[in-house]
Amino acid sequence: MSSVTQLKNQTPKNQNMEDTILSVNNIEVVFNDVILVLRGLNLNAKRGQITALLGANGAGKSTTLKAIAGLLGSEDGEITRGDVVYNGVDITRLPPEKIVRNGTFLVMEGRGIVQDMTVIENLRLGAFTQPQANVAGDIEKVFSYFPRLKERTGLAGYLSGGEQQMLAIGRALMARPKLIMMDEPSMGLSPLLVKEVFGIIKRLNKELGISVLLVEQNANMALQAADYGYIMENGKIVLDGTAEELMNNEDVKEFYLGGGGSERKSFKNIKSFKRRKRWL
Amino acid sequence: MNWDLLFQLLINGLIVGMLYGVVAMCFVLIYKSTQVVNFAQGEFLVLGAWVCWFFIMKMQLPFVLAFLFAMAFMTIFGIIVQMVVLRPLIGEPIISVIMVTIGLSIFMQALMNWMFGNSAERFPAVFGENTVSIGGLQVETAYLMSLVLSVLVMGLFYYFFKFSRYGLAMRATAYNQQVAQSLGISVKQVFSMAWAISALVSCIAGVVLGLVNAVSNSLAIIGIKVFPAVIVGGLDSIIGAVVGGVIIGVLENMAEFVDGQFLHIGNMYTVAPFYVLIIILMIRPYGLFGTKDIERI
Repeated sequence: MSSVTQLKNQTPKNQNMEDTILSVNNIEVVFNDVILVLRGLNLNAKRGQITALLGANGAGKSTTLKAIAGLLGSEDGEITRGDVVYNGVDITRLPPEKIVRNGTFLVMEGRGIVQDMTVIENLRLGAFTQPQANVAGDIEKVFSYFPRLKERTGLAGYLSGGEQQMLAIGRALMARPKLIMMDEPSMGLSPLLVKEVFGIIKRLNKELGISVLLVEQNANMALQAADYGYIMENGKIVLDGTAEELMNNEDVKEFYLGGGGSERKSFKNIKSFKRRKRWL
Repeated sequence: MNWDLLFQLLINGLIVGMLYGVVAMCFVLIYKSTQVVNFAQGEFLVLGAWVCWFFIMKMQLPFVLAFLFAMAFMTIFGIIVQMVVLRPLIGEPIISVIMVTIGLSIFMQALMNWMFGNSAERFPAVFGENTVSIGGLQVETAYLMSLVLSVLVMGLFYYFFKFSRYGLAMRATAYNQQVAQSLGISVKQVFSMAWAISALVSCIAGVVLGLVNAVSNSLAIIGIKVFPAVIVGGLDSIIGAVVGGVIIGVLENMAEFVDGQFLHIGNMYTVAPFYVLIIILMIRPYGLFGTKDIERI
């Protein structure tokens, strides 16, 4: 833990503002006027890159995304200090619909698709802020990324978890965003599906040039996909660096990737123990 | 058994029931998208009828024009009520919101008593013929118009919620406000829209009822009668509202028939829907089409 503590309070290195699409500067978020959840959080997301925000449960990852998207109001939270700058524009206290119109889109935790609507209706909903002439073409484009969705004509609530996640991402694309924020896209998915979803995120990033800010519990997966990563604890960024730096960092290995510490290096014992038990 | 009367009452029940369905849809629309139980629904309807009457009788406008003006007036009225009365109450406990809509209903009653008096006023004859004969049955022209308008309104509702962008936005808001916000939908706008549509459609129902009977403040009783319809259908289902409305309309008239022919108790017409309301609440408290997690008041 020692080196993590040392790195605490280190703000991200000064980056060239031109290739920064989103910068969160020292924001503080308070819920119900008393509960301090984010205490001076800084992060930058670079244009055209995937930025990962990692951390344990309750560290404030989702709150960070909601603060950026302007969605704290309905949860009695507010940004009390600091600012959020998107593309050089201060979006700190804008209503959420303006933030979406500016080109930032949040795919909420648990996907937030409307269960009692069909796939097409959900997609059209995503294009709410777009001129209606684009909709038909954009739906086809989304189907080219997610051919599986095209066959599903029923209600979105009957889709499998993976399909729902794909629908949520597809719906985000309908808004033609420049920055997509994703809150735990791997939640509740099987490892194979997680791989597929991350593959899609990478493809969108490469092919459409959409910047991604990714919040994940699955640090391994996220760092493999990401260019840059932040690690947060208790409402603050405690460590940041390029994905490789973080993956090779001893503390990150131990706390977030698993199997970093010396005495826990060998998994063999655990495995054989399990195997033996099964044979008994 | 008087079969002719039975059949006539059945038709009446269907037509009146459709109209109840329309008013119930307004009620459900507001409840679904803004979680407000609007006890002033009946007053909205009467106000719409009075305004239309005012344009015809006092401003000497032709009926169609007066009807359109009344609809425009009520749309704006709905938005103003939402903005001034209900927006400050967002996030307040449901009981406070209910008290406010009850207060609003009393306020509107008093206002209409003051402005239009408390006597019933007739609309001038709008149609050349009072009744038309369909397959040997005499149907009042106003009833026929009521039926046509009800079906039209229901069709428009269906189109609006199924295909229009704002209709989808309203459904999303009803599903989950935060999700709707994350999609770039302004919840405030949706709330205003819900009240505007509800007031507009109430106005249509009010004018139709005014044509059938006469305009009077006691028409607001429809706002109460719609309750059984809404509860039968389920508070959050628009289709349920229509079905509930038709059930209540038919039931009313059947109760009238049974009472008139056999029981001779009198006034079953008004009471019967509420018996059904109680029975439904005992068996299926969330209504025929409603979702189970709805809060009861």
